[in-house]
Amino acid sequence: MFTAGEYDVIVIGAGHAGVEAALAAARMGCSTLLTTLSLENLAMMPCNPSVGGPAKSHLVREIDALGGQMALTADESCIQFRMLNTSKGPAVHSLRAQADKKIYQRNMKRVCENTENLDLKQLLIEKIVMNDSGVEGVITETQEFFRARKIIIASGTYLRGRVIIGETIFDSGPNGQRPAMKLSDCLKDLGLKILRFKTGTPARVDSRSLDFSKMEIQPGDPILRSFSFMNSDSRLVEIENQSPCYLTYTNERTHEIIRKNIHRAPMANGIIEGIGPRYCPSIESKILRFPDKSRHQLFLEPEGLGTTEFYVQGMSTSLPMDVQIDFLHTIAGLENARIMRAGYAIEYDCFDPLQLKPTLEFKNFAGLFSAGQSNGTSGYEEAAAQGLMAGINAALQIHKKDPLILKRSDAYIGVLIDDLVTKGTNEPYRMMTSRAEYRLILRQDNADLRLTPLGRKIGLVSNDRWEKFCAKRDQIDEITKILDEKILTPSKETNSILKSLELDEIHATLPLSELLRRPDVTYEKIRSAFELPEIDDEIRTQIETQFFYSGYIEKQIEQVAKMERLEDKLIPENLDYNDVSNLRDEAREKLISIQPRSIGQATRISGVSPADISVLLIYLESHK
Amino acid sequence: MEIFQDETISAIATAAAPAGIGVIRLSGEHAFDVADSIFRSSTRRKIERSRKILHGHILDSDGKVIDEVILLTMPAPNSYTREDVVEIQSHGGITVLRRIMQRTFDAGSRPAQRGEFTKRAFLNGRLDLSQAQAVMDIVQAKTETSLERAQQNLEGKMSRRIRNIQAELLELLANLEALIDFPDEDVDALPLNEIRTKILESKSEIEKILETARDGKILREGVKVALIGKPNVGKSSLLNLLLREDRAIVTDIPGTTRDSIEEIVNLDGIPLVIIDTAGIRTPADEVEQIGIERAKKSIDQAELILALFDGSKPLTHEDEEILDLIQNRDAIKILNKKDLPQVVDLPDSIQMSIKFGEGEEFLKKSILQKILGNSNREENPGFLRDAREENIMRQAQSELESAIQTIDRGLDADFVSINLRSAWEILGEFLGENVSEKVIDLIFEKFCVGK
Repeated sequence: MFTAGEYDVIVIGAGHAGVEAALAAARMGCSTLLTTLSLENLAMMPCNPSVGGPAKSHLVREIDALGGQMALTADESCIQFRMLNTSKGPAVHSLRAQADKKIYQRNMKRVCENTENLDLKQLLIEKIVMNDSGVEGVITETQEFFRARKIIIASGTYLRGRVIIGETIFDSGPNGQRPAMKLSDCLKDLGLKILRFKTGTPARVDSRSLDFSKMEIQPGDPILRSFSFMNSDSRLVEIENQSPCYLTYTNERTHEIIRKNIHRAPMANGIIEGIGPRYCPSIESKILRFPDKSRHQLFLEPEGLGTTEFYVQGMSTSLPMDVQIDFLHTIAGLENARIMRAGYAIEYDCFDPLQLKPTLEFKNFAGLFSAGQSNGTSGYEEAAAQGLMAGINAALQIHKKDPLILKRSDAYIGVLIDDLVTKGTNEPYRMMTSRAEYRLILRQDNADLRLTPLGRKIGLVSNDRWEKFCAKRDQIDEITKILDEKILTPSKETNSILKSLELDEIHATLPLSELLRRPDVTYEKIRSAFELPEIDDEIRTQIETQFFYSGYIEKQIEQVAKMERLEDKLIPENLDYNDVSNLRDEAREKLISIQPRSIGQATRISGVSPADISVLLIYLESHK
Repeated sequence: MEIFQDETISAIATAAAPAGIGVIRLSGEHAFDVADSIFRSSTRRKIERSRKILHGHILDSDGKVIDEVILLTMPAPNSYTREDVVEIQSHGGITVLRRIMQRTFDAGSRPAQRGEFTKRAFLNGRLDLSQAQAVMDIVQAKTETSLERAQQNLEGKMSRRIRNIQAELLELLANLEALIDFPDEDVDALPLNEIRTKILESKSEIEKILETARDGKILREGVKVALIGKPNVGKSSLLNLLLREDRAIVTDIPGTTRDSIEEIVNLDGIPLVIIDTAGIRTPADEVEQIGIERAKKSIDQAELILALFDGSKPLTHEDEEILDLIQNRDAIKILNKKDLPQVVDLPDSIQMSIKFGEGEEFLKKSILQKILGNSNREENPGFLRDAREENIMRQAQSELESAIQTIDRGLDADFVSINLRSAWEILGEFLGENVSEKVIDLIFEKFCVGK
């Protein structure tokens, strides 16, 4: 063994978490090494070829606002964009894009290779070396030792990965990659609590064998939107230039074949021990759990421009190949489908995230961080968000600065991490809008306004972005001011203007902004009559949302302010809970293991009752 | 929510008993604003943030005077809780105090939890733990009364009902959220109009529950009962009969105090406050001077009247007058002395022999029927215990009302779900369960307000 190098930060794994972690650390001035089992597979999308969707697009835009990479790369790698939920309220509008997987990887790799302070190496890490004061470095299978001040594990589903296709089982990472078999033993020996999770992916079929005329086409939006604030000027594109997706459905015959072969499903016969996600059930478990449903929707997505592979969303399965082929052929448009890659289930080791601090550093291992699927999450966006935060916090530690911890009221990223480190998870954790209690103020349309200043403060927001941001922010303030200061009196003149706009008359003096609270009033509608400046879509969205939904928004802001006080009551890190008499045993155990950072966080731990919190408050008060 | 110390709280700080003066205490950031918005000082000046004693009136929402009061203003940190505190001293009785308290709620404060003033005093460094503990011990020693035991059973029923509403709301939420989080899948969710119907159902269940607040008040404060009848008809014996068994456990009904003119009878956990027992206990050989006048006065104060007549002798002029007085009132007519030959036929009366304890069970049942009869306990079981619980239910009701309005205004599903989520959380607060959002009060829960 020899010392092959020395870095501030080493990131193990170059998936969506690893890439963001490494880029953030390097951009914040840390010498950084990004290691991967295969440089061909940096930022690979082993599951569906899309980015965004509800809650996930929120994460992507937040990553962007903080100075992360995912949004920028997605914008230049995606081949279809759709805004979802447009009829369900501004807070849940969600952008989803179909990615060309290969282009995405190539673009991401180019960015990494062009980032200062960042080295990329193809390595298999077998051991993490720790000493009493924290991490020391990593040892590779080729017996190289790399010294590191901080280590970020972003091992995805590679740790002791095991792929299951029907009766066929083999050790593997996703998509035929090498698994990392030794690292998790080393981590177990260090004393980390390891969980075993499962996830799955459906078959890919050859588009040349599909009959799209029997399916429903789903094109992209006519207006191309973007994830990144930097690309926010919307452009019109030809729908034809966006690759469409297609919808089709299973039917009774499909279900019959699956039912007849259910005994051959690994999840039914006990081969799979790992816990799979509820929101991403295999087709066999959908059919078992919802026997009355006569059909299940399938969504066919192109894997990219330069390939005939299509992803069959909704058809995740680990049934044997003969069964997979049989039931696929019962589906409209797929009668002659040729499978190019089999669907499979994968089991892998991950860490119980309750062992982590909100910075994503392990509580008991100074300098060791973990991000992404290795923390029990699922999804590219969830991984990227954690990677970014782990990278930021590792770098902040190097620079001896305060950590960046986002609150639940700051960002979906805050909700994600708080849930993980406070409540833990017993299935792969996916972000959903319903997890965010303050989602009305955590919109994707205001992610930039919420987080760009924080990104700027830690040094991840470039000058161009900052200038563009300030211009937007100032313009919103200016328009808001105009609307608030322009007072309407219920004069004949005013009311005749309103009448000409087909709006109800006013009977009292009110600011113009008040008009915007009415459901039938938009900025455009009143703009010229009241001599308001022209503004672009982005600004208009902010203005209209702010006024039209003000009642709801103000209420939520009030709730946040109340909760803030509890979040701000910090609990000393070295607090000995055994010294706090009157805590119930269950609560004491939970508090010892989770070590909440604040009273606010403690209130969210299951098994800690209000009475326990009061005991804690009293203890803290009397030991000030 | 109890956990939030920045909310302004108020409560009646004196015992709910006839007394010369009653105090309502307000504490918290907005204590001065709340007081200012319901108070008109005799100098017509606004309340300043300084330590003052002010004279003036508390006004109703329509500007009418509720009571003449003295206001003590105590800016933080020089107050019991170390927060801004306003004390309103009123000369009115309990009804007036309650109206004033309601005004403070309307003006933005919320009902204080039991012990909340003391808890704040502690957390703001005003009391040390041993002092706090001492107060708590005193309070806790009193809690296990028969009344509380009676309440527990009913509370269980109420918790179940609230849990059911929560379950219903949760299901609606799931319907809305599934559509939001999985927009591209064919989710068989309820359409908005069905969700609206179901919200209305939950809302009407909450309204039914709110009706039980009256029962809670009855259980807490009792029912005022007048015992009337001409001399020697058996009033005193009936009182003794009712008092007999329960004497040992009637002593501790919260909010009521026995004094020389009231006796409290515990009837299945419901306190009956017998008015003007002094009059009843007038020895039989003394001439009862006040007679009808006295009966009239008792009847005016009473919520339930027990009118006694002698079944063994023809009705007198006095009896006729009493019958007139109790017309159209909640009254039970008792025909006593059924052990003697009966000469009176009085419709809807209960025949008793108080002397031999005959008819006692039937009388008790009739009393309970009169008190709780209208509230149909079978269909509307359980009850709300206090202003805090009532307030929670009202908030939940208003969230559901907003949810309906949100739907009717044509706003998007997300907003409906926000209203429903709030309603669910508010109800969670009732059950003290929703830990994820609330920290709460511990032992302090058991403190009396304003100690």
